[in-house]
Amino acid sequence: MATEEERTSTPCETVREEDEEHPEQIQPTQDKKQVEKQEEAKLKAKYPNLAKGSGGSALLNKRLQKGGKYFDSGDYAMAKAQLSNKSKLPVQPEKIIKSEAVGQTIPTPENIPAGRCRKPSLVTSKLASGELL
Amino acid sequence: MTGNGGELTWCFSQVKGAIEDDVADADIISCVEFNSDGDLLATGDKGGRVVIFQRDVASKNLVPSRAEYNVYSTFQSHEPEFDYLKSLEIEEKINKIRWLRQTNRNHFLLSTNDKTIKLWKVAERNKRPEGYNLKDEMGQFRSRSAITSLRVPIFQPMELMVEASPKRVFANAHTYHINSISVNSDLETYLSADDLRINLWNLEITDQSFNIVDIKPANMEELTEVITAAEFHPKECNMFVYSSSKGSIRLCDMREQALCDKHAKLFEEPEDPTNRSFFSEIISSISDVKFSHSGRYMITRDYLSVKVWDLNMENRPVETYQVHEYLRNKLCSLYENDCIFDKFECSWSGDDKHIMTGSYNNFFRMFERDNKRDNTFEACRDITKPRTQLKPRKVSTGGKRKKDEISVDCLDFNKKILHTAWHPLENIVAIAATNNLYVFSSKE
Repeated sequence: MATEEERTSTPCETVREEDEEHPEQIQPTQDKKQVEKQEEAKLKAKYPNLAKGSGGSALLNKRLQKGGKYFDSGDYAMAKAQLSNKSKLPVQPEKIIKSEAVGQTIPTPENIPAGRCRKPSLVTSKLASGELL
Repeated sequence: MTGNGGELTWCFSQVKGAIEDDVADADIISCVEFNSDGDLLATGDKGGRVVIFQRDVASKNLVPSRAEYNVYSTFQSHEPEFDYLKSLEIEEKINKIRWLRQTNRNHFLLSTNDKTIKLWKVAERNKRPEGYNLKDEMGQFRSRSAITSLRVPIFQPMELMVEASPKRVFANAHTYHINSISVNSDLETYLSADDLRINLWNLEITDQSFNIVDIKPANMEELTEVITAAEFHPKECNMFVYSSSKGSIRLCDMREQALCDKHAKLFEEPEDPTNRSFFSEIISSISDVKFSHSGRYMITRDYLSVKVWDLNMENRPVETYQVHEYLRNKLCSLYENDCIFDKFECSWSGDDKHIMTGSYNNFFRMFERDNKRDNTFEACRDITKPRTQLKPRKVSTGGKRKKDEISVDCLDFNKKILHTAWHPLENIVAIAATNNLYVFSSKE
């Protein structure tokens, strides 16, 4: 599949785009690194505390721990309840909570009011509610 | 199939979804996938829902055939959960959908969020039994006096109903977040990959899975790379590849060992270690890997380019296509707004001659391998008439901007096309632009 030209070229050589009038788009490897280093300098200027090489594990750890971290499940339920207040959801009927249950049983997410609001997507997807064209 | 030397002219076909300025998080499309004959198109969203579209048969049989898809089925695949042990929320967002090859009248697909994979059966029902003895059509018991003779219930036609039901739930096998699932060509097994491990499942068995790759270091401080994508070879049931955040791809052969920590081949482009920048590793992280239909090649997508690798050559790609090179001198701001971590997917055309991938500003890029031609198109709501041809777009980098060009600084980085799919047999593409699904087809 590779032409003769590509076999002898440096690994990172850009595939030539069809427009000859934009030669600045074709950058040999050296120039690319220079541009990146310039950008790196900009970043360091803005954030002098950015530790060198921490790009590695800090990013990876951030990546591994995706998803909201909450103090506990109650915190999670409260956060979800606040979220649903802001969104345009259809109002769900109030669930009757027995007065005896207060202080007598350990609440689970299904029982407390915020529990309902954890599932906003029971609304049908707008993709399915009819095409526009 | 090809007209003027292989170049495809793309036309608008359909767009699905609401026109909204304030898009709800749940409506953001998170994956798009055609089934093996292209008659079904599935989308998953951040709200955990799956919507399946079906090709309209009448328009398909027209000459020239039209690419029209209508809603076929929709269901809630995953729901938000809470990991009580770690106090972390588990998003319901559908990360990947993969169809199983059709073996009978029913359709099956695998859908996954960060932690759980589910096998869904999508079945049609157009008949129902009527004429039971004890109960009437409403399900009410018939009065004793009305039952005077015994009758045999018979099937009567009814309005078509498409029902989706979960058949298997494959849970609790991943500590980290699942990024890929891939069905094996043996049609019995599939793999699921998270940041550090890859598991092999049998489609019938949900309480066991084999761990086939584990790159977790004994000491997490020593962690240097994570798995970003994985896929089974389309024809060799013993081979699969996985890509890493460092820009390498490993091909593994399951015949060698039960645990494939040792790769059979390592695909990596050499880079001068002394000439690296802070951004080098981040932009070399591979966000998607896809085998060609032939199985001879694979494409990988990193932040700025798409590379074609020949499985027979490990030391460098055979082709490299620049997606948006003009972003290289914007890396600092792209790091600040987190766009540099965006994970773009890439797709092959059915004949492996074209490659597609998304970019920002609702642009998507098409690369033609034979002639090295490339084009940029925009998925925008301005076009409403079907079969309107798409005009190629251009981004200007220098000072002089031509009339129809858009300058790099005017690009909307919130409009990103991360998920795309190419019909397996025809030149029809499905593009997810935030909460809208676009279908484009080519005249050829």
